[in-house]
Amino acid sequence: MASTAVIDKAAPTRPVKYGSMSRDRAWALRWSYFFLMLFAIFSLLPPIYMLITSLKSSAEISAATNPWWVLHPTLENYIGLLTSNQFLTFFRNSALVSIFVVTITMLISVPAAFALARMRFWGSATLATGVFLTYLIPDTLLFLPLFKMFAAVGDLTGIQLINRWYVLLIVYPTLTVPFCTWIMIGYFASIPKELDEAAIIDGASWFQTLTRIFIPVALPGLIAATIFAFTVSWAQFLYPMVFTTSTDQLVLPVGIITTLIKGDVFNWGQIMTGALLGAAPPLIIYAFLMDYYIAGLTAGATKG
Amino acid sequence: MADVAFQQNRAASAGNVRKRSSLRSALKRKSTAAFLMTLPLILLISLLVIYPAFYSLHLATLNKSMQRFVGLANFQFLFKRETFWLVVEQSCIFAITAVIFKALIGFIVAHFVHNIPAKGQRKWRGMLLVPWVIPPAMSTLAWLWLFDPSYSAFNYTLSFFGIGPIPWTGDAGWARFSVILVNIWYGAPFFMIMYLASLKSVPEQLYEAAAIDGANWWQRIWYVTLPMMRNIIAITTLFSLIVTFANFDIVRVLTSGGPLDRTHIFATWAFRVGIEGGDIPLGASVSLFMFPILAIAAIFILRDINKRGNES
Repeated sequence: MASTAVIDKAAPTRPVKYGSMSRDRAWALRWSYFFLMLFAIFSLLPPIYMLITSLKSSAEISAATNPWWVLHPTLENYIGLLTSNQFLTFFRNSALVSIFVVTITMLISVPAAFALARMRFWGSATLATGVFLTYLIPDTLLFLPLFKMFAAVGDLTGIQLINRWYVLLIVYPTLTVPFCTWIMIGYFASIPKELDEAAIIDGASWFQTLTRIFIPVALPGLIAATIFAFTVSWAQFLYPMVFTTSTDQLVLPVGIITTLIKGDVFNWGQIMTGALLGAAPPLIIYAFLMDYYIAGLTAGATKG
Repeated sequence: MADVAFQQNRAASAGNVRKRSSLRSALKRKSTAAFLMTLPLILLISLLVIYPAFYSLHLATLNKSMQRFVGLANFQFLFKRETFWLVVEQSCIFAITAVIFKALIGFIVAHFVHNIPAKGQRKWRGMLLVPWVIPPAMSTLAWLWLFDPSYSAFNYTLSFFGIGPIPWTGDAGWARFSVILVNIWYGAPFFMIMYLASLKSVPEQLYEAAAIDGANWWQRIWYVTLPMMRNIIAITTLFSLIVTFANFDIVRVLTSGGPLDRTHIFATWAFRVGIEGGDIPLGASVSLFMFPILAIAAIFILRDINKRGNES
């Protein structure tokens, strides 16, 4: 800490100052913990409330007892959802979409990032900037023209895209690829040039340089990009809402919102259980790979 | 540079004609290979981002059945509608208030995390980032349930203090407050993480020098921390402004634009008009109003990149 280092130097000559400043520091620390506690409560309140409600029976919820406490914990909401075919279909659709999108994203963005970071060619600098700018175009600007385009493709070729879960495999990469390419460019550019020069002198082709040198060395970046692509495709809400409507084609977030909320009858126990199960995969990944998650998050902006 | 390696390689095998020609073709292939590697990216961006962006400009000039060119009639129609001006107003209030509070809270919390001993920081950072990790549509459901008109856990708690029952999503003013609150809850951790990373990169010597000069905590923040963090503050604010302006999930799940269209922002209203109302051209015209903020952001970012290019 900066101030302690200074205090240590000043200590022999000014013992009084030393004591008061360290007391100040102790108080600052206490206040820091106090406010951090407040913010942590604010942050964790909704997920904790999800958990509390998910353990209640619908009778207990409608009895309006203390909302912050479970009197008779029960797993009936979890059992109900995990044995319902509909919910399992949503889960399967979400998992399929996310896994395919992550694969597609990596196959597109890793070679592109390699070419943009290492193989200078005409327009490569402009393209790198362009990739970053497309990341800024929001999904809410594109969903209407995309809807119209896919409808037109269906009319022209007879390939039905609207209301099929695999249409999401076409649109999700537009959200994941620009950012993943951008972070991979950053990671690849930080690899020392001597490494790939050595590989090329030894007779490696460009492809071998990529698979044998760049991918292993930039593995942390690759993991961060994978996590990003997964979280984005798991959480995306607007595109499935626009492009899919029948219940067997829905992904988890849209499925929970459109099927569990029926008119005025809100089965909140089940809704909260569904929301918690829907939030679980990103949360589990985050719990185990927090450092990669944060690295991906900060790499995007600090290198921008 | 890889090219240097090629030249060295070439010099070493100067006599060998066969080898040299294969090197030439390798050099020739370098740009081809690079082009092939970026081709999927170029195709994806041009077909599914650039083309639809321009296509929405075209869509906005068509009539409802998309058969006749009507010029700017869609916009004229929008300008005459009261709801449209409500949406403009609410979008600005929503985005600006939320971003200011996200940035402020992020800045304060980042300082608190930075203040405590290093070994505890990981744990706190981990807890405080949870809102950003949960899919927003899912966490907004929890907020909807916390705000429920008859079973609200907030109102239950507040009733002990004699405050009471607050119509969180029922009244226009409170509903606007609620959507902003949820957005702050979701977005502040992102700012916190960014600011924390940037706080860690401020050299300790600067604080030591400031302390020797007798600077108090406020002067340290104003003259050392803020100037050092200027870039990251600018870029995160810009990012967040775009994302908040284009927000859909939170407003859609929490209020669906109600009560009486008072919480609609561009994206949710474009969805209501374009998909649910079946008037795609009108919806496209609404969503085009998100474009100016994007253009401003693009100008700033391009200027920043050019500046950095000149410096290096």
